[in-house]
Amino acid sequence: MKKLSARRRHPLAAVVVLILALAATGGLYAAFAPADKAQAEETSQSLAIEEGKKLYSVGCASCHGTGGQGTTDGPSLVGVGSAAVDFQVGTGRMPAQQPGAQVPKKKNIYTQAQIDQLAAYIASLGAGPVTPTDKQYSPEGADIAKGGELFRTNCAQCHNFTGEGGALTKGKFAPSLEGVSPKHIYEAMQTGPQNMPSFPDTTMPEKQKKDIIAYLDAVNGEKTESPGGLKLGGLGPVSEGLFAWIFGLGALIAVAVWVAARTAKAKKS
Amino acid sequence: MSSQDIPEENLPVAQADGADLEKHGDNPFADPGLPPHEHRIQDIDERAAKRSERTVAFLFTLSMLATIGFIASYVAFPVDKSIYVWPIGHISALNFALGMTLGVALFCIGAGAVHWARTLMSDEEIADERHAIEAPPEVKAKVLADFKQGAKESAIGRRKLIRNTMFGALTLVPLSGVVLLRDLGPLPEDKLRHTLWAKGKLLVNQNTNEPLRPSDVAVGSLTFAKPEGLEEHDHDFQTQIAKAALMIVRIEPDDIKDKQELEWSHEGIVAYSKICTHVGCPISLYEQQTHHVLCPCHQSTFDLTDGARVIFGPAGHALPQLRIGVNEEGYLQALGDFEEPVGPAFWERG
Repeated sequence: MKKLSARRRHPLAAVVVLILALAATGGLYAAFAPADKAQAEETSQSLAIEEGKKLYSVGCASCHGTGGQGTTDGPSLVGVGSAAVDFQVGTGRMPAQQPGAQVPKKKNIYTQAQIDQLAAYIASLGAGPVTPTDKQYSPEGADIAKGGELFRTNCAQCHNFTGEGGALTKGKFAPSLEGVSPKHIYEAMQTGPQNMPSFPDTTMPEKQKKDIIAYLDAVNGEKTESPGGLKLGGLGPVSEGLFAWIFGLGALIAVAVWVAARTAKAKKS
Repeated sequence: MSSQDIPEENLPVAQADGADLEKHGDNPFADPGLPPHEHRIQDIDERAAKRSERTVAFLFTLSMLATIGFIASYVAFPVDKSIYVWPIGHISALNFALGMTLGVALFCIGAGAVHWARTLMSDEEIADERHAIEAPPEVKAKVLADFKQGAKESAIGRRKLIRNTMFGALTLVPLSGVVLLRDLGPLPEDKLRHTLWAKGKLLVNQNTNEPLRPSDVAVGSLTFAKPEGLEEHDHDFQTQIAKAALMIVRIEPDDIKDKQELEWSHEGIVAYSKICTHVGCPISLYEQQTHHVLCPCHQSTFDLTDGARVIFGPAGHALPQLRIGVNEEGYLQALGDFEEPVGPAFWERG
């Protein structure tokens, strides 16, 4: 300390103090500045894209091309957006097991973090629908009755009145919506996967999508109770009629045969 | 056929062999008569009969109890109460109780009646010979005489005023029925040929009730539109939308094969009738990659890239296309009505 105080009148002391003060201010600024956080996020974003690209080259590139430009085996992914990736990979449809009329839902082998990385990479190729947030698709507070009306106008022609699904042309089909998460339903409406048409926000605003999700949750959710007992697939008059003809009439015929086959005579012949 | 057409030797008189067989009693087709009656246990044993009586009475009593149960469950169960019943699963308690009690009540009446008839009512076989359908001549003569006497006594031949007014009254009465046939009409005239669409009418999005802009309609999306001015609470909404329902899709203009379709579209936005031309089902099972539209009723399939041509199924015509454009404010508008009648064919369609 003595040495230091002895040099306080040194000609260069003022310069040293100034340099120290500047370094402290700069250091504090660097530590607290908001720009730094943005930079960090950007780094993690570009890291996600980097990781996503690696996952892409392993799982997707053989059909969709090395840069997502598409090949004869798979469409271009430029501009499909992160919502499409989150839906296709999140429901296990992609990567596809084999070509065919329609790629079916199967077990998802990616973690949500990996799906997000893939989505970040695809989104970096071109702007498209963005993965929705919890606030956008949560059915809480939505109008279930209005959702039912919208569902019957826009969706029921293919997915049946309560979302049980139905057949389309040449082996294609509209899948059942039972057990599909609200997020995936929202993304499907937004992006129009495979042969399903899309219902963009310009023609079906976010609130209406929520209403539809709330309706599906009410008629086809985990807690939905069928007041009529056995639903028989919820497919309407076809399965119900078949059941009545085979089991209802069958039981009546069986009883009639049983009554007539037993003789009332004392002497059995 | 008269007996003259049959050769002499085939007439029954000439068939001596058959007569011989019957005489000898070994005709294989002779009537064997009724088998000997066999008694039931209840006919012999009074205790068994009592048992049957008790069974039938038990079934009828059970039916009465079930009916009381029906009324009680109607009063007792709230509409929204749900219970778990194996193997049906969750079911409304009210529905289940009403169905079960009514089913038991009806079944027990039937089962009781069947058991009664089979064990206690007489089961002696009775032969009831058929008789000739024709009435004997004396009955015929009497009916004829009675009719003549009645006609004479009513003086229908003598009092011509009564007879003629009666004929008049009987002739006019059926006219009231004929007049009611008017309710089958009036003929639809040209109602089947026109819809609410007209030049300048905006295409209103059925979801948001807002007019559509070309930028709202993305490639691969599906939108339903109604004509401007038609509201859901209008008294004739169902009648009008049944003809005017419209589906709007956007196809890359290069993918549109039909020249007229391209001309009638706006930047690849095409508007087609949503009513199937087979029997009029609403048809909007649109596949956005193939641009095919499938009808859920009879699987008619239309190709929207080629003037909605029928490529499969029983439909007879392509879907009618609505000619659309954009007005000065940038909204999609119709450029007229459909050029041909929408929906299924009809007799005078031509």
